[in-house]
Amino acid sequence: MEHQILTFYDWVAKLSSSELVALILIVTLPLVFLIVYALVAILGELKISAFIQERLGPMRTGPWGIIQPVAEVVKLLQKEDITPDAANKPLFNMAPFLMFTAAYAGFAVIPFSSHFVPAGINLGLFYIFAMGSLAVIGLVMGGWASNNKYSLLGALRSVAQIVSYEIPAAIVILSIVVLASSMNLQVINANQGGWFWNWYVFGGPGSIWKLLVIPFTFGMFLLYLIASLAETNRTPFDIPEGESEIVAGYHTEYSGMKFAMFFFAEYANMFVVAALLSILFFGGWNSPFGDFMNGPIWGVFWFISKSFFFVFVQIWLRWTLPRLRVDQLMGVSWKVMTPVAFLCFFAVGLWAMLK
Amino acid sequence: MSETKRIEFEYSQIDSERMRLNVGPQHPSTHGVLRLEVELDGEIVTEVVPHIGYLHRCFEKHCEKMTYPQVIPYIDRMDYISAMNNEWPYVMGIEKLMGIEIPEKVEYIRLIFAELNRIANHQIAIATFGLDAGAFTPFLYLFRDREFILSIFEKASGGRLLYNYFWVGGLAADVHKEFKQDVLAIVKQVRETNKEIADLLLYNKIFIERVANVGILPADVAINYGCSGPVVRGSGLAFDLRKDAPYSFYDRFDFDVITGHGEVGTVGDCFDRNIVRFHEMEQSCRIIEQAIEQMPMEGDVREKLPKKIRPPKGEIYTKAENPKGELGFYIVSNGTDKPERIKSRGTSFVNLSVLPEISKGYLFADLIMILGSIDIVLGEVDR
Repeated sequence: MEHQILTFYDWVAKLSSSELVALILIVTLPLVFLIVYALVAILGELKISAFIQERLGPMRTGPWGIIQPVAEVVKLLQKEDITPDAANKPLFNMAPFLMFTAAYAGFAVIPFSSHFVPAGINLGLFYIFAMGSLAVIGLVMGGWASNNKYSLLGALRSVAQIVSYEIPAAIVILSIVVLASSMNLQVINANQGGWFWNWYVFGGPGSIWKLLVIPFTFGMFLLYLIASLAETNRTPFDIPEGESEIVAGYHTEYSGMKFAMFFFAEYANMFVVAALLSILFFGGWNSPFGDFMNGPIWGVFWFISKSFFFVFVQIWLRWTLPRLRVDQLMGVSWKVMTPVAFLCFFAVGLWAMLK
Repeated sequence: MSETKRIEFEYSQIDSERMRLNVGPQHPSTHGVLRLEVELDGEIVTEVVPHIGYLHRCFEKHCEKMTYPQVIPYIDRMDYISAMNNEWPYVMGIEKLMGIEIPEKVEYIRLIFAELNRIANHQIAIATFGLDAGAFTPFLYLFRDREFILSIFEKASGGRLLYNYFWVGGLAADVHKEFKQDVLAIVKQVRETNKEIADLLLYNKIFIERVANVGILPADVAINYGCSGPVVRGSGLAFDLRKDAPYSFYDRFDFDVITGHGEVGTVGDCFDRNIVRFHEMEQSCRIIEQAIEQMPMEGDVREKLPKKIRPPKGEIYTKAENPKGELGFYIVSNGTDKPERIKSRGTSFVNLSVLPEISKGYLFADLIMILGSIDIVLGEVDR
């Protein structure tokens, strides 16, 4: 960035005259957010699915069941923490925490506002992607260490799935990098300032000629949306935990808090990909209406509402669509999405060159 | 995209270790306590061995110690999804043995209830089939509609799942006053929901990809294994006892026998078996509408109930078109009030036997879909 802005970190450091307090605060705030978000998302999942299926959902715990997620967490905490005899204990116990660490590590570079990002590193996009891939190791670890055939099948499926869906996702992200000329998420966000037609889903800022590139950028958005569903193992790509086939996939043998960690990691991952969608394509913390309701505080509001919208889309799709088969999943990735992603990359690159 | 035909391979050329997987008896999609011993090569199914008997309760032997009316509740528990249809061939057989003429009203009520139960059964079959594919929402839509049908049954018989309603010579109780309007309202509701289900599930692109060209059952194989019902009709064979060996008043109604014709894939695949059930619901609606029109509301449904049920010495085989296929009872009477022997031809049992034949060479996920498309109830498989 050209001029140094007073970030949240600087502000706290100045106010408390201690760098340590600022550091601790900036590291823990996303975790607090994540916990609150997970509770909201669990309730959202319960209530949205109930709405789609013409049910009421949880109604007994609190008014309209709003403290149901708390009750579920308490229930999971109370459950016996079983480690199967035949399991490889160190790996078995490590896997859920590795999963969660990988999911939470992504939050380090997510800019919640123009003035708040835990680590504004220049390789933010690359980093978030690398952390997403780390989750695979947790899956395989859990699946293999469980010493259960269903878990093993689920783990193998998830490796194949995540590795193949990272390719179209990476190409789409590269296209955005070409448009933004940066991998820093703050810069990518700042580039999309102004009105909503400056968002990268609408070709980014530019003259009337950008109408030519809008089909490709919109296509990229759809590609990334699909790929992100696959990366978070949500329906229609929930094959690694396909309930009707392999029981619960890689987390068949997990119970209690370790299961909750897998659960938590899934929800954290959902938010990371939703945040990435809103940053890359929908202007992140920018207001859609120019200077109207724009600023560091409003930025948090816009960013979180945009991200929550995509979390909602993931929940919505889950309760609407059936699941694909494992070979079809590969087919969609390699035969359709990767070529289309390359085409979009090519078009966007050409446009960036001629612009 | 759906060129995933059966994967033919030479066993000897593949030098890989195969995995034996126990699917069930506690598995989310074996539709009960069925255990499948599956041998997998990667994800490809090379062998399936169904192990049955987890729900065996000596139905046939038990019947020999029961009087004829006492057997009816046991028959309910065979195919508990469509208990009304189960009772019908049994009471029909004993009525034939004893030579009882039953009133027209009773016959119409039986027929309407049997068709309503057929709809309820197909609703569950389609719902659980969707559930096997991971679609949860259509499942609840269909179950919501099934509730209306069950409430009609409840008003008539008092039971919601197991009715003991068809008695030898009549019915346990008369239907309520607004029976006709209620049934017509259900028919309307079923049609509305079916439109929704067709959009949401059956013609969904992902769902078609999953079920087209999977588990192809050729007609000759189906005949050799003795399959019946939607399983054999899905293979393109118009075999329906309601048309081929008309019993009751089925010859008075205008309805079609639905067969699969490879709408999106090959004839006899999972999609065909499922879509046959879907269209049969519409045909049942047609039958119900016609029957409601012809049915008399006057008359006593209990007037022909015999005081003592002692069929003369003899034997009889009666069959009827159950929602799942041909359900038959072979009843041997020795002149007392207890049957000498009752043998039932369980539809699900016969249909399940074709599973190992048609599921080899497909992926493991397909095996679950094939099992779901056969639509078994373990209560009837094991008896």
